[in-house]
Order: sequence, then structure tokens, then C-alpha cells
Amino acid sequence: MLAISSEVPSILIFVTAAVLILVGAIGVITLSNPVHAALSLIMTLFGVAVAFVAQSADFLAAVQIIVYAGAIVVLFLFVIMFLGVDRRDSVRVEPLVGQRAFAATGVAITVAGLITLMARSHWVTGALSVSTKGHVLATGSQNVKQLGTAIFTTYLFAFEATAALLVIAVVGAVLLARRERVHDPEEVDV
Amino acid sequence: MNVPAAWYLVLAALLFGVGAFGLLTKRSALIMFMCVELMLNAVNLTFVTFARTLSDVGGQATVFFVMVVAAAEVTVGLGIVVAVFRRRSSTSVDELSEMKG
Repeated sequence: MLAISSEVPSILIFVTAAVLILVGAIGVITLSNPVHAALSLIMTLFGVAVAFVAQSADFLAAVQIIVYAGAIVVLFLFVIMFLGVDRRDSVRVEPLVGQRAFAATGVAITVAGLITLMARSHWVTGALSVSTKGHVLATGSQNVKQLGTAIFTTYLFAFEATAALLVIAVVGAVLLARRERVHDPEEVDV
Repeated sequence: MNVPAAWYLVLAALLFGVGAFGLLTKRSALIMFMCVELMLNAVNLTFVTFARTLSDVGGQATVFFVMVVAAAEVTVGLGIVVAVFRRRSSTSVDELSEMKG
């Protein structure tokens, strides 16, 4: 990975990531079949992983592929298949008059405002980290070490809280997806 | 030679915009969830870019936690979609109008 990124110009990596991300994202909102939209979502997630690797976030790129593309999209596909809603969603009809125009205007204003705001404040403001003493972030296995140290020391409480959050999410999903069973004395075992 | 952080930030803003547009216009709850994922990924991309530019690993740690929350959100959200689908055999959000005043 390191050998590649030193030889291939980083501009090429950026363009690749940008094309993957934007084509995938536009596919998600234009494709009418939900299965195709989910596959298009994988493309975007992969592009984001490429951008992560290019910015020395190697561990997060791996997690991005494993958790997002591997687990979340599979969960999406599972629900699509389970519900059998893989029929075409009507793209043409617009139930609310002018909804798309309003949404496009609002989004354009928001994005333009974001970019203007960032450009006016010289894109990135803030102090360099004291923990890395202004050096660039480590890549490869050193990145895992750095990130692990940060999570298990500075962000330990947040890490423990995510454990509780995941347990609550699992219990909630089980409760939601469970079929409510009416107690029927004649029905012995189901 | 390194790509300036601004390019990644603009890319993330565009991705966020596409996700927001889809969330505002789509009818199917499943596609809306996918659009939320797009927006979360856009924010993750900005966090990683800031982490690189300020060489602070805290940005990457935040992305890690965002991913955990996204996983939990999708689990519960899809559970809700399944529960709603069972009652009215449709995932269109337009049909959920009982609480209309």
C-alpha cells in the first residue's frame, strides 16, 4: 500500500476516489431498483475507503470495507429480499408538486454555503495536535497502534458507551422484528 | 506531491449534498436509509481529512465511533422498516400518515 501510494501520483488516487464516490452516490438516488441502489452504495463506500487510505487512515479503510460494505449493505440487501420490495420504485411521479425543485434548491444553497464558509476560513483551521507533535499521521500498522492508543486511553469512556449502545440496538431490533404472539391455548407449540 | 485538503472537503460536501437530496425526495424508507449512509460517509470523509491536515488521530477515532453509531442506527432502522412493512406491506413513507393533524 505504501509502495503504491508513493509511486502513483496522489492526484490520480483522488480522482479515482472522487469518481467512485460521486458515480455511486448518484446511482443510489437515481436507480429505481433498490437492489441496484444498494450495489451502487457499495461503490460509494469503496470510494470513501480509497480516500481513507490516501489520507493515511488505513485501519478505518479496512473497517469501512468490513463493516459498511460487508455488514451494513448485506443487511440492506437482506431486508430488501426479505420484504420482496425489489420491484421498481416509480421515479417519474412526483407526489408533492415542486418537491424536487425545492430540495435541489435547498441542497444547492447548503452545499454552496458550506464550500464558501470553508474557503473563507482557509479550509482547515485549528491547532496541530500536540500528541503527534506536528508530525504527519502514521500509516500502516503504526496507524492501528496510534488509533488504538487513542481509543483505549483518551476515548475510553466513549468506547465503553458504544458497547452499551450496541447492546441496546440489538435488543431494540429483536423487539421490533419479533412477531407479537397471541396466547392461544389450542396452539401448543409454534 | 499531495492533494490539498480542500479537494477532499469539496468532494465530501458534494457527497453530503447528493445524500441530502435523496433523503428529501425519495419515498422508499430503504433508499432513504441508504441516503443517510451517504451523508454519514461524507462527514466521515471530512473528519479523516481534518485528522490528516491537523495530524490529530482524534478525527479518526471519531470516525470509528460514527461507524459504530451508524451500524446501530441501521439495525434499529431496518427493524422499524420490517415492523412497518408487516402492518401495511409497503415501505413508502407517504403512507405513514396517521399522525397527520
